[in-house]
Amino acid sequence: MTLKMTTLALSALMVAGPAMADLVFPDLSYRTGPYAAGGIPFSDGYNDYFTLVNERDGGIGGVKARVVECETGYNTEKGVECYEATKGEGALVYQPLSTGITYQLIPKVTADGIPLHTMGYGRTSAANGEVFSHVFNYPANYWDGASGVINYLLEENAGDLKDKTISLVYHNSAYGKEPIRTLEELSAKHGYELKLLPVDHPGQEQKSQWLQIRRDRPDYVVMWGWGVMNQVAIQEAANIRYPMENFIGVWWSGAEHDVMPAGDQADGYKAITFHNVGRDFPVFADVQTHVVEKGLAAGAGDQIGNVLYNRGFYAAMLAVEAAKKAQEIHGVADITPAMMRDGMEALEITQDLMTELGMPNFGPSFSVSCENHGGPGLVGMTQWDAETQTWSMISGFNPTDSDVLGPLVAEDSSAYAAENNIEERCK
Amino acid sequence: MFYREAGDFKLSYAEDSQTFPIRFDRYRYFAVLAVAYGVIPFFVNDYWVNAILLPFLIYAIASIGLNILVGYCGQVSLGTGGFMAVGAYACYKLMTSFPEVSMFIHVLLAGGVTALVCVLFGLPSLRIKGFYLAVATLAAQFFLVWLFNRVPWFYNYSASGQINAPERDVFGIVITGPNAPAWATYMFCLIFLTFCAIVARNLTRGTQGRTWMAIRDMDIAAEIIGVSPLRAKMTAFAVSGFFVGISGALFFSVYLGAVEVGEAFGINKSFLVLFMVIIGGLGSIFGSFAGAAFLVLLPVVLKVVGVDLLGWPTDIVAHFQLVIVGALIVTFLILEPHGLAQLWRVTKEKLRLWPFPH
Repeated sequence: MTLKMTTLALSALMVAGPAMADLVFPDLSYRTGPYAAGGIPFSDGYNDYFTLVNERDGGIGGVKARVVECETGYNTEKGVECYEATKGEGALVYQPLSTGITYQLIPKVTADGIPLHTMGYGRTSAANGEVFSHVFNYPANYWDGASGVINYLLEENAGDLKDKTISLVYHNSAYGKEPIRTLEELSAKHGYELKLLPVDHPGQEQKSQWLQIRRDRPDYVVMWGWGVMNQVAIQEAANIRYPMENFIGVWWSGAEHDVMPAGDQADGYKAITFHNVGRDFPVFADVQTHVVEKGLAAGAGDQIGNVLYNRGFYAAMLAVEAAKKAQEIHGVADITPAMMRDGMEALEITQDLMTELGMPNFGPSFSVSCENHGGPGLVGMTQWDAETQTWSMISGFNPTDSDVLGPLVAEDSSAYAAENNIEERCK
Repeated sequence: MFYREAGDFKLSYAEDSQTFPIRFDRYRYFAVLAVAYGVIPFFVNDYWVNAILLPFLIYAIASIGLNILVGYCGQVSLGTGGFMAVGAYACYKLMTSFPEVSMFIHVLLAGGVTALVCVLFGLPSLRIKGFYLAVATLAAQFFLVWLFNRVPWFYNYSASGQINAPERDVFGIVITGPNAPAWATYMFCLIFLTFCAIVARNLTRGTQGRTWMAIRDMDIAAEIIGVSPLRAKMTAFAVSGFFVGISGALFFSVYLGAVEVGEAFGINKSFLVLFMVIIGGLGSIFGSFAGAAFLVLLPVVLKVVGVDLLGWPTDIVAHFQLVIVGALIVTFLILEPHGLAQLWRVTKEKLRLWPFPH
């Protein structure tokens, strides 16, 4: 009996233990805490894509992908623990889904030689590959988001934003403060007035901010929120009867769970995005057959097609394509983090490729280079329809104001380079 | 059998009043020091240092600091997170303003700055007591976090409002930044912890500690026998602030490397350190260590057991962590209200009599 138990335990250990030829993709997720509502669908999407690739294609270039999940709770200390715990397993790329953890990991991954992909979050100036060798934030970053919102408003107002006021409701953290500089620069260029309304973590209490908005009556409200803060803000906006179509969130403030609690009142709320929404893609049929029906779906399996699920799915797709690229460049299937980095730097996503993957027009087409780790920054606008309970794209992927953003990225990254004695590496 | 005075003769006053008067205890103490300094640095890797040892060492310093204030002087404080933030930001400003100065000096100065701030916020303790003082220190917590978020000078006008520790060294060995070797960061924090623990132990054994305890036990009686409440309370706030400041500086510069004040030094941190002190044992240096170890190690152990060994989903384990840690805290407080330090004391008593308890 004892022997049997021991053998059982041993074999269980051997199955669970790391097989040598795996491609390891750590998933620093958060399924608990005030930001779990956003963390769960993203992580599910991230996991499911790798499961799909393993089940349908037999892995990446014949090598199975293995996702190591580690719960951070959006907490930087736990993020460090997760990073240290997983990096020894041969982690190929980190995607922590937290700006705070990203700031912590940027110097660490650079020293350890592991790439970091912060899609639509993290340190914006990491787009400058001259300085940030191991950090990528393609296809779009916060400043693209801010500029995209302003471009959209310019279009709505026939190119003139003079005498308009825009209030920014933001999470009072590194994440929420990111767009301020850009919005200020753009305000100088386009002549609108910018009002700043910080909301402290976690953001359940916003009465005073929305009282201020009721008093100021700004023409537009832009939100940089995350987690429970989004739902509260949208509910408060509904309470003061703020016109929803003039309320625009960043991509972290535009998912189903953010708008559902406000019910019909949230109808018309908008959010900027860098990837497509909905489940109207051929690839989700594959997910159904290869992942859901085999009982392999991550989490509760109820998130498929949600905005943040799609984002996690998209993040995993980009990681897989970069890994394929790396295999192609180096001619080996079992790639190392350093090879993965080369693959990410040479990544090229075209519409043909996305169609081939069953994800036509899922995101913008773009390519990454040594100098540009941020992609072209193409962003689109989505809008919530409360009746059908769906998000839908109401514009294509449009370019952002690179005249304003380029110098800002150069300025911030050169400050970082000077602080850390980094030399420009793309010669 | 163990921990007995029998046969351990003291021939001088100095021997009689040493920190560990029992020979066995003293040898145990030297053995722990020898392992900590002579063995562990050679066997640590990044994971052990960054996930377990550094948080333990740093939280131990913070809980020694808070224990002096709450456990020895009886002044309840909920401002620990805010005071750690003072240490962190003072260290950041010093590191970036004087890059050539040794990190030792920066951390000590950061402790000094925090001591001043702590005294300032301790002034109301002369008039208000107990829960009301807790509320006053709570105000310090929120004010300090707000201040560091609000005034860009503190974070050198960086766009994100974060502070990042640049690479600094001590005698040519890199201590902060990503290239710091694991053993160096460990040793750096260990030296500070040893220093703080020895200072705290000796302060609390001497006149100073007795005046604090007199104030804690009954302030009116203490005043009547000639203890100055002003001096006793202010010194307690200053010493406590010094230690908490050091821990905040190390927390930011050596452990995390990048800090966002609201997230890293929020009210949760104050409660965490307070729980460490209460679980470890109020008025005990050993208790500070035990409390810090308990609350740092337990989540990691639960995670390793739940996720790595049993293969449970990470969210279930994270929720179980909350339940188990919470249940253990309640159980401990019911079964042993004086904390882990009391358990240790009882064990020592038992060991003295073992194997003949009667």
